[in-house]
Amino acid sequence: MKLFMTLAAAAFGVSSAYAEEPSAVLATYADIALAGYEDSLETAQSLKTAVEALVTEPSEETLAAARQAWLAARVPYQQTEAYRFGNPIVDEWEGRVNAWPLDEGLIDYVDASYGTESDTNTFYTVNVIANDHVSAGGKTIDASTITPDVLRSLHELGGIEANVATGYHAIEFLLWGQDLNGTGPGAGNRPYTDFDPANCTGGHCERRVQYLTAAADLLVSDLEEMVANWKEDGEARKALLEGDPNAGLTAILTGLGSLSYGELAGERMKLGLLLNDPEEEHDCFSDNTHNSHFYDVLGIRNVYFGSYKLPSGETVEGPSLAALVREKDPALADEMEAKLDATLAAAEALKKRAETVEAYDQMIGEGNAEGNAAVQAVIDGLVDQTRSLERVIAALGLSGVTIEGSDSLDNPDAVFQ
Amino acid sequence: MIRSPAPRLLALVAAVAAAVFAVHAGEITREDLNEKDRARVERVTRPTADFSAAERFERMQAGAATSTKRVNADAFSHPSANLEFSDQQRFLLGNGLFRKEWVSAPSSTQASDGLGPFFNARACQSCHFKDGRGHAPAGPGEEAVSLLVRLSVPPTEEEEKRILAGFLSSVDEPVYGGQLQDFAVAGLRAEGRVRIDYEEVTVPLNGETASLRKPTVSIENPAYGPLRPDTMLSARVATPMIGLGLLEAVDEGDILSREDPDDADGDGISGRARWVRDENGELRIGRFGWKGNAASIKQQAADAFLHDMGLSTPLRPEHWGECTAVEGACRAMPHGAQPQLGAEEVPGDLLDLVTFYSQNLAVPARRDVDDPAVLAGKKVFYESGCAGCHTPKYVTRRDAAVPKLAFQLIWPYTDLLLHDMGDGLADNRPEGSASGREWRTPALWGIGLAKTVNGEATFLHDGRARTLLEAILWHGGEAEAARNEVVEMEKADRDNLIRFLESL
Repeated sequence: MKLFMTLAAAAFGVSSAYAEEPSAVLATYADIALAGYEDSLETAQSLKTAVEALVTEPSEETLAAARQAWLAARVPYQQTEAYRFGNPIVDEWEGRVNAWPLDEGLIDYVDASYGTESDTNTFYTVNVIANDHVSAGGKTIDASTITPDVLRSLHELGGIEANVATGYHAIEFLLWGQDLNGTGPGAGNRPYTDFDPANCTGGHCERRVQYLTAAADLLVSDLEEMVANWKEDGEARKALLEGDPNAGLTAILTGLGSLSYGELAGERMKLGLLLNDPEEEHDCFSDNTHNSHFYDVLGIRNVYFGSYKLPSGETVEGPSLAALVREKDPALADEMEAKLDATLAAAEALKKRAETVEAYDQMIGEGNAEGNAAVQAVIDGLVDQTRSLERVIAALGLSGVTIEGSDSLDNPDAVFQ
Repeated sequence: MIRSPAPRLLALVAAVAAAVFAVHAGEITREDLNEKDRARVERVTRPTADFSAAERFERMQAGAATSTKRVNADAFSHPSANLEFSDQQRFLLGNGLFRKEWVSAPSSTQASDGLGPFFNARACQSCHFKDGRGHAPAGPGEEAVSLLVRLSVPPTEEEEKRILAGFLSSVDEPVYGGQLQDFAVAGLRAEGRVRIDYEEVTVPLNGETASLRKPTVSIENPAYGPLRPDTMLSARVATPMIGLGLLEAVDEGDILSREDPDDADGDGISGRARWVRDENGELRIGRFGWKGNAASIKQQAADAFLHDMGLSTPLRPEHWGECTAVEGACRAMPHGAQPQLGAEEVPGDLLDLVTFYSQNLAVPARRDVDDPAVLAGKKVFYESGCAGCHTPKYVTRRDAAVPKLAFQLIWPYTDLLLHDMGDGLADNRPEGSASGREWRTPALWGIGLAKTVNGEATFLHDGRARTLLEAILWHGGEAEAARNEVVEMEKADRDNLIRFLESL
């Protein structure tokens, strides 16, 4: 990290005198990725330590500390989501750490209202913590000891994406439990004694401890893998820096647009508003959704402005897309930055509302005009900024650049347009 | 036992269709193209005779919509590669609905309740695993998760007239309806359990021996009395979701130009279009479903919502789903429609999102197109006559409903026509104008990744084939000659053929 800080500072010092080189912009992008994943790893290691404290000495305090560690771990991780949808290595890996929504019945006990009989997800209430063997589709998985490997084999069991066995949201469910308050106030409320074999509530406390420990270990090792991908000679960095710089810039902008418009404004926010469904909430057990959205918004800005603020207060920065756009078209740069600022303001308002008025799952409730509007404002901002991102793509002459398919012979645009 | 539709009436439907489309074999008459484009399309869709190298654009088998993402279990879950950001959002909203677990009414989540009262699945993707195909249970003890059973009884004369006019597909079993639902909401008994028994049959091939499993379908524990003795059963596995919007955009004339109901060219392959009423009551080609029972993806989605999940849509407004009037209290059970959200459990805007999603699941790019074994297998595919029904190429219409899917060169390997597939595959259950021996040629694109997406995926309508070779060996009827070639050829050629299919 220190090395990059120095390099970045040097580059930043001279950047105003020279034209921004696309390759330098890509280097900044990769440096911020490394810093973001390193912070995610560091906070996941703290989470692992807090989980160890919880299972060694279960108490109100150790559970609260583990929850705090989880919330802290979300801050850097969500900012790295801007690296999705443009980097195949990230896309392939992402489901292991941040898949949602999840069928919690796969993992642990659930409330009776969850239903048991009539389910076609044959794993829907399999409850790994209560059962040392999981059998489905003629196969039996030995889960007599819940290890990281067992969790990997359970993930997306039977091809059902909602069978999320690993990652942040599985850990979140174990630390908080189901949120049974619908669109009313309150998050999940699991007692610490669920992790206390001596005074066990919820049954199978030893296995619950195994599950939580294994999931925390796996999160750390998955993040280690991604950190390595962005180091010097890491696969993701190489794929970006050794390829066509224009394809790299396209990948960056595609990622920002796809996260803004489809993933965040669409699947994570608009669907919840359409259905008024508290299950359509990203961090649904902990009621942390406002933060997960806010840090996604921040992550998009980090990439665009080529600047990432570490938890310590220091900054990683370098030649940026923002500067590149400003050189090409100052008016468009103004427009783009104004849009990003407007989205940030809406996301800040949403975060403030969640902290002072009502939780995100209440905001998306039916008939809550003011809450709905707070969510809609962020959606509008994200949609609007994507329109400008499209203009940026055009202004930089990147339209029609394919990202993953590279063989021009295979490009059907050449004939069929 | 089962009467085939009266040939005379059938001929009438075909004659009407032929008059409408004025199609002659082999001739491109597309009014959506100008003269120059017509020539280009004719040239580019002409079957190749050169197997020494891959054809131009062959790797991108779904045109500009082809996904070039990494090949893994998510291979069928990516959007058309050429979608705009705004359409990506519609796609992802549809994706959210596609994997949404619907709940029974009444519940706190008013907009996502209404499941049942009878259902096969709580979510679309419970059966369309990872947007890919389902699988058959491995034996009588295993639950049928992604396989369902259609039910019907022989039509009366009056009913047959309605069937031939396209107003009725088949006559429901009077108690259980047109499909067996093996799940029900709390307080109601599921209709019964699907049981599949297999008998292994050995097939000697030149150089090796294959074993096929012949299925027998039955219904255990029927909860509402015995089924009518003359009930016809047909098991169906969930179909893969990729490339559907492009198939919807194939020109009707291009499909009809390959019809040859009387086998005038004497190649042993007839092929005829299935005609169905679309959502506006117009007669159109049925392209979707194992027997081509739906003309549009929207229609197919609405049918699946109703029959598989018991959810009403503007096209199928019955809140009680497949509950028949004689099944007791189920029609009076709570439903999930909310007046303030729309008259149905799944309002029109949500159906549209699921439709858009289904239109835009991308077909992955081919792998190894220029591998010598793949090219050799491609030659075998063409020379054995597989391409006689599995038509390689089309160029989609200029005025496709989804503009990004317009005028794309695509390689789905289907003629979208019905063919007599012989005794072995016959379900002896006619559906509309499709006989109990006919099936609509399924597309082959993506078939090589079926098991990458779902390790348990199986092939053919009831999932009886465990491998691609088994699927080929089940072909009979119009495909008998091609199948026999595969049986008799050298093992090396057969292996190459499979390599070609695996590269799709």
